[in-house]
Amino acid sequence: MAQPMHTLVRIVSTPRGAVSGAILLIVILCALLASWVAPYSYDIQNLPGANLEPSASHLLGTDEFGRDLLSRIIYGARTSLAVGFTSIGASVLVGLVLGGAAGYFGGAFDRSVTAIVDLTWSFPEILIALILIAIAGPGLHSTAIAISIAYLAQFTRLTRAQIIGLKNETYVEATIGLGASHGHVLFQHLLPNALTPVIVAGMLATGDAIILEATLGFFGLGAQPPTPSWGAMMSSGTAQIFIAPWIIIFPGVAIAGTVIAINLFGDAIIDALDIRGKLRES
Amino acid sequence: MTLLSIRDLSVCIGRLRPLDGISFNLDKGEILGVVGESGSGKSLTATSIMGLLPLIGGKVLKGSMYFDGIDLTTLDEASYRRLRGRRIALISQNPMTSLDPIVRIGAQIDQMASLHLGLSPQKARARSIELMEQMRIPQAATVYGQYPHQLSGGMKQRIVVAMALAADPDLIIADEPTTALDVTIQAQIVQILIDLVRERGLALMLITHDMGVVAQACDRVVVLYAGRVAESNSVEGIFAEPRHPYTRALIRCIPRGGQARGSLVGIPGVVPRVLDYPRGCRFNPRCDLAQPICYTETPPVHADGSAAVACHFSEVRAHV
Repeated sequence: MAQPMHTLVRIVSTPRGAVSGAILLIVILCALLASWVAPYSYDIQNLPGANLEPSASHLLGTDEFGRDLLSRIIYGARTSLAVGFTSIGASVLVGLVLGGAAGYFGGAFDRSVTAIVDLTWSFPEILIALILIAIAGPGLHSTAIAISIAYLAQFTRLTRAQIIGLKNETYVEATIGLGASHGHVLFQHLLPNALTPVIVAGMLATGDAIILEATLGFFGLGAQPPTPSWGAMMSSGTAQIFIAPWIIIFPGVAIAGTVIAINLFGDAIIDALDIRGKLRES
Repeated sequence: MTLLSIRDLSVCIGRLRPLDGISFNLDKGEILGVVGESGSGKSLTATSIMGLLPLIGGKVLKGSMYFDGIDLTTLDEASYRRLRGRRIALISQNPMTSLDPIVRIGAQIDQMASLHLGLSPQKARARSIELMEQMRIPQAATVYGQYPHQLSGGMKQRIVVAMALAADPDLIIADEPTTALDVTIQAQIVQILIDLVRERGLALMLITHDMGVVAQACDRVVVLYAGRVAESNSVEGIFAEPRHPYTRALIRCIPRGGQARGSLVGIPGVVPRVLDYPRGCRFNPRCDLAQPICYTETPPVHADGSAAVACHFSEVRAHV
């Protein structure tokens, strides 16, 4: 990514990149500016106004406690994105260091890291998350930690594959031959060169992480009430599905829209940078 | 004054022994050519001196390497790291890939100065630009901010030389520094290296397979063949009176002006692989002087002052 701005311009000049980018931007702005954008508070109950269908005063209707659904979805974006980005961000950072060291130094360290990582990869993410939440208890923190551990294997393997490809480059030998330490070579030269595909993989995984967060929320294992979470909102909507279907539909649309936008935008980045082959290396 | 002294150095990688009893000296202010075909152990000698054998799974089996009184064979990694770049700098083979593609030229030279000399960013920058100007890089201040892909091969190789010089080393090991460049650029880079040695009193170990470069640049020559020293002598001595049949064959390979069409000669056969080195003299399958003794006995090294030759028939004067 020698010229990030140039790449960005190329991404948003395609229809797919422009539409998905715009949706993502709206979701991110909603999350950041929730308290200004949302017409109501997310937790003020109004029981006489429960299960109201969409109208001018409540654009998306109200839920079973009379809370404004639009406001809750806007605040829910904050939960989803915060969990998605922080958990995947942490996962990418640890994966870079772990996979980088494993790929660069090789030997017994590499074998043990690869073995552990392969072991976690053989379990479905949701199972790892459920085990961790069973140990640490439900809540947003456990959800975020569980997601970052569940996705660690992917970034570790991808980074390791990149580093193994890069470490035989002449500039590595040249830099060591001029007295650089292994840490310098790994962090100043190899990891920056390996960064692009890992970050794009992280971007795509963020979509998966949002779904996982919603799933855990749906089971009541993620964000605890009254914190709005799209998954938990859908879960509470199941009881009202015949009398107030908007309670389950609109959070579902929010999840699907956000995840599809992230995936399309990630695809657009991959095509703009032409790195589809590199992502398969892990 | 002897800066680098290598005695009877043998290196093994697993069960292979790609270097087998190499000896030579390198004085301050001297340019030593190390010549031989691919697979003769030239680059491995450089790797050994730089202490980078562990990276390729090799180790020193026996022999000694002394650099300015420091025993390199027993030096620990931390001390070695202070030596690399600071006192011995390696210019590696391929200028096209010797630079990190995503780091600006200036930053790559700067990092050497700050790593070894602890210079501040401003001082490192001034020094890097000065070095680049000494490398005769036009518009050094502009190039300082550019990326490697914006430069030509010759310019990149100059940057690599500038990086090697950044911490003021005493010895530069240049591993085929001109192989990937075209002939006119080759001559320029070799001239830059020669001038550096003369101006700064450095020592230069120039690894090459080009006898023409040796004739242009070197004071002394070590001819390696299949992991052993075939012959070493002053450059005048080597060209005037080559005593090893392999050296003679190498010299015959230099194209000369006015040569008749079709008269360009090579050396028949290939360098034996390290797995199946022949018994006795390792040059015997390709040697036109080979006698029965060459197939059974390893030729002893006949040393004579700074000259040495390992051939049973080094006294036979064949015409070149």
